[in-house]
Amino acid sequence: MTRYNNMELMITIAARTLEDGAVVLVGTGVPVATAMLAQMTHAPGLTILFEAGGVAPLLPTMPISVGDSRTTHKGLKATTMAEIMEFCQAGMVDYCFLGGAQIDKYGNLNSTIIGDDYKKPKTRFPGSGGANDLASLCWRTMVVTPQSDKRFVEKPDFLTTPGYLQGGTSREDAGLPKDTGPYRVITDIGVYGYHPETKEMMLISLHPGKTIEDVKANSSFEILVPDGYEMTTEPSDHELEVLREKVDPTKVIIGRG
Amino acid sequence: MSENLKNGTGKLFTNVDPDKMRAFVREKNKKKVSKLTTVKEAVEKFVSDGDYVAIGGFGGVRIPVAVIHEVIRRGKKNLGFSGHVSTHDCQLLSAGECFDRCDAAYIVGLEARGLSSNARRVFQSGKINVTEWSNGALSWRFKAAAMGIPFIPIRSMLGTDTFNYSGAKEMFCPFTGKKLAAVPALYPDVAILHVHRADIYGNCQIDGIVVADDDIAKASKRVIVTTEKLVDTYEIRREPNRTVIPYWTVDAVIEVPFGSYPGNMPGVYFSDEEHLSEWLKVEKDEQLFKEFLEKNIYSCKNFSEYLEKNGGMEKNEQTYSAGASFKIGGENDPL
Repeated sequence: MTRYNNMELMITIAARTLEDGAVVLVGTGVPVATAMLAQMTHAPGLTILFEAGGVAPLLPTMPISVGDSRTTHKGLKATTMAEIMEFCQAGMVDYCFLGGAQIDKYGNLNSTIIGDDYKKPKTRFPGSGGANDLASLCWRTMVVTPQSDKRFVEKPDFLTTPGYLQGGTSREDAGLPKDTGPYRVITDIGVYGYHPETKEMMLISLHPGKTIEDVKANSSFEILVPDGYEMTTEPSDHELEVLREKVDPTKVIIGRG
Repeated sequence: MSENLKNGTGKLFTNVDPDKMRAFVREKNKKKVSKLTTVKEAVEKFVSDGDYVAIGGFGGVRIPVAVIHEVIRRGKKNLGFSGHVSTHDCQLLSAGECFDRCDAAYIVGLEARGLSSNARRVFQSGKINVTEWSNGALSWRFKAAAMGIPFIPIRSMLGTDTFNYSGAKEMFCPFTGKKLAAVPALYPDVAILHVHRADIYGNCQIDGIVVADDDIAKASKRVIVTTEKLVDTYEIRREPNRTVIPYWTVDAVIEVPFGSYPGNMPGVYFSDEEHLSEWLKVEKDEQLFKEFLEKNIYSCKNFSEYLEKNGGMEKNEQTYSAGASFKIGGENDPL
């Protein structure tokens, strides 16, 4: 039996990518848990923003809405959604954290519809919300998601939120700000980045106990596997303790396993 | 240079021309007179079938529930609305089947709480005309309208289906040559907002996040405001820097304590998560949902009756004022 479940693993690994002093824009659930864990471990100077207008709160517990009272609890500023998006557009936000029903090899996300008829979709999801803006405008887009061949698709039913679009230089050609884009995808199997030229998803590190076969079997597109991939360092006792006791004591997120 | 410029194929539901709005605003009575009224009268007078409606707050935070319930009770139909993080408000308008078109940035979901199965049924029916946007795009559309300009250039949405199904147009910047997305000003017919305090003239102050209420008030032809607390104008004058909405934009003011229930009111009360969970649960059963709506909306003569049925002010004060412990600012001990 492992000392941690998949959710605890993903949150811990994702939290390590946030350096002290960075500015991060998060949503509810896994993203906020990740930012809180980083703030309570190695990155006390992390600035957390919420798209509804909350700036740098001292989060007492995890919010259920990105606009709820906690997102301004002892905060430094309470503002408008437009101003938060303008911080992003002006280049002041280092990271955003997103999810989605589908992701492709260029990190494009779908959170709008499943089905091939936009006017009468099989399943309607919320849509972009702020995701399209954040992934367009923040420097680095992080995605934390369980990995499966249904989620890692060749072609999303709808391209809600931009990754590297069609790869290569297509993102910048479309007019999106220079040097922005997907940075890491953290799943229950490994950590992925993107090929510097083609912008295809590429393995960076494999989680303990997982194999290259797991990487391949749980994706409908081919993930690049370079020779020099690493093995993920396991969550430490300290990280797990902070996550369980301070970030998510009622197991709202980590209880999902 | 213009060969590669794309246009979104989504329909625009509202006028984009700022001169039409200027002419409307010029004629609007801007005299400082009492706007005090009732929820019933405000809806009767200012919301008509077919109107395009913008709702303030953030889905489950500082939302004008009393007025939305009245819109449903009166059976308003064929409304347009902006799904600008529309969560419980989208759920409510879907329950009443009040709209036939929607500018959608965030719809059918209640964030971490889950998805509304009834709102999904409505949006999957094929009967709603939907145009896609992002939250930023809708915020900036309100901002363009509030600024009195026909569009605003933005740097998101480009290259995606969100753009393709929107009403945005690509353009080149006349100064730098960079490709931008032009999003059109959004001028709603009527705005429905809930604030912390207002005077009888409609000067409004909001604590905590403003979301887009400042711009929505300036962008809309008519503005209905419910307020937690009606205050003397003296209170407004004491801290004018806190005034988010000036009186001349406002048409109706109604004092509705706990007016955001079951939503959150920053610094005052938290959301009733049990009741919101019940909403999500009963929506899955047609009969139960019908009975639930009958009990909580259609049979209620007003918002107080809805509050009473769900524990009343007493319960609200005890249970949900716990949410006030999440301070906006606050001088308590450090974390």
